[in-house]
Amino acid sequence: MALLESKTVALVGNDAVAEAMRQVNPDVVAAYPITPQTDIVQTFSAMAADGLVKTELVNVESEHSAMSACIGAAASGARVMTATCSQGLALMWELLYIASGLRLPIVMPNVNRALSAPINIHCDHGDSMGARDSGWIQLFSENAQEAYDNIIQAVRISEHPDVYLPVMVLLDGFIISHAVDRMDLMEDEKVRNFIGERSEPYTMLDSKNPTCVGPFDGLYGYFFEFKRQQEEAMKNSFQVIQDVGKEFEKISGRSYGLFQTLGMEDAEFVVIAQGSGAGTIRHQVECMRSSGIPVGMIKLRSFRPFPAKQLVELLSGVKAVAVFDRSDTFAGGMGGPVFIELRSSFYEQEKKPLITNYIYGLGGRDLSIALVKQAMQEIHEMASSGRVKQMVNYLGLKE
Amino acid sequence: MATEEILEIRWHARGGQGAVTAAKTLAEMSLTQDMFFQAFPEYGPERMGAPIQCFNRLSKERISTYCGVTNPQIVVVVDPTLLDVVDVTTGLTEYGTLLVNSPENPSEIRKRMNIEGRKIYTVDATHISFDALGRFMPNIPMLGALLKITGLISKDEATNYLKESFGKKFPQKVVDRNIVALERAFEEVKGE
Repeated sequence: MALLESKTVALVGNDAVAEAMRQVNPDVVAAYPITPQTDIVQTFSAMAADGLVKTELVNVESEHSAMSACIGAAASGARVMTATCSQGLALMWELLYIASGLRLPIVMPNVNRALSAPINIHCDHGDSMGARDSGWIQLFSENAQEAYDNIIQAVRISEHPDVYLPVMVLLDGFIISHAVDRMDLMEDEKVRNFIGERSEPYTMLDSKNPTCVGPFDGLYGYFFEFKRQQEEAMKNSFQVIQDVGKEFEKISGRSYGLFQTLGMEDAEFVVIAQGSGAGTIRHQVECMRSSGIPVGMIKLRSFRPFPAKQLVELLSGVKAVAVFDRSDTFAGGMGGPVFIELRSSFYEQEKKPLITNYIYGLGGRDLSIALVKQAMQEIHEMASSGRVKQMVNYLGLKE
Repeated sequence: MATEEILEIRWHARGGQGAVTAAKTLAEMSLTQDMFFQAFPEYGPERMGAPIQCFNRLSKERISTYCGVTNPQIVVVVDPTLLDVVDVTTGLTEYGTLLVNSPENPSEIRKRMNIEGRKIYTVDATHISFDALGRFMPNIPMLGALLKITGLISKDEATNYLKESFGKKFPQKVVDRNIVALERAFEEVKGE
């Protein structure tokens, strides 16, 4: 640790995010507070007021205005960040598409919280999953350390010339945002050297090379081509996310890719999860592996882009796969969003595993060890019997 | 790693009595011992005076469980009036420990609450806090008693930590008084 010159601290997830933002020292932050993200804005505002950052902090009257201000600032060439969650993200909706369509590298932590109704302030992934088709890169974090690390990497990913897409860094509301956890902070200088200066192909403020940002495209314009190129940028981001992760490992000792695996070399059945739930599940996977049960797991970090090819390669030889989703799609029996993506990824494959879905933890319902054990037992039975009992399961319902 | 190797603690208090701060301070103190830890409140709107819970996990190894604590090895009751309001022994493990802010002896608590087995400790944190701080703020004496019975960190290490950490946030007088409260609880906690 001494070699890496890191500092071990006790921080809640939101403060870890604010600390990463301080180190990134963005030119502009426009944000509006909302539970459970509030502490990020509050702590960062205090940092700005204390002169710890050179950031121009824009206090806005809503999330719609927050993202609008971020878009304007990013288009002028500034390095820009904001933070939100749940209803706040929902209020940003139309601007999310504008940020990605204009190819603006904005980094936004989203503290995952359920969308009402009923009114609920607790964790699920329904808010960010709704934005899955908005053209933003979405990276999940298991804990405070990963949230901190993801934000630093997100700056590099979003500003990469092959990408130029906004990035959402996801962390679980309350479970991570409000819990004190042990983590390592990097030195300011190391972070600043890692992220470097913002690169910009065009800037509105360059009077010698004037550009027009966001004009009406008309019926005979290039809207379609813009959208196709956004998809290409998303494809490019696979490599960039992995490259940035490797480079980050060199300075932090912590490795990052599109996902993280455990026990995949001999696994007969595999669990896929994201966020803090992946931590609780890993605990159980480790317990089961120590008793010789051939279970493996994949913790999905990158949901957008979705690493279908790599996941299919890893999973085509296993007997059974269970996807844990902390949100639903209300498609009438299709299951959660990660499940739908993964199941669809196997369509062309002749060799494929049995696949089942566990929807859990909506509105903050606890994913207890007992529930994980129950699901694991069912998946083990599914792998042994070669039969899927039920495609979509709701784990931990009271009804 | 197995759950048995993680020490899980549940705190019962009322909003405004500093239990969340105590749980966070415990996490920070365990960092000085190079341990891994979590400290988290029962998530919801905090209301002054309403019963609240918060939790700790402590371990020598990395902790990856992010679920609620349902079977704590230790329960700390910061406010004695909660004994009649909340079932504080819910989920407490068979060989678990109950630490109560009370002027009574542990045997009296045991009899009154009809508890079999388990260890019971009491410390009069209310009295200590009035003496040392001049007001009802039982969190730091309860933390002192908890540190004593777990042996997690020594009295000197704990007071040194408070000097350094509280010294950054509070006037010297407040720091000194909290240290007195912590030390007294270390000495006065009794158990059976």
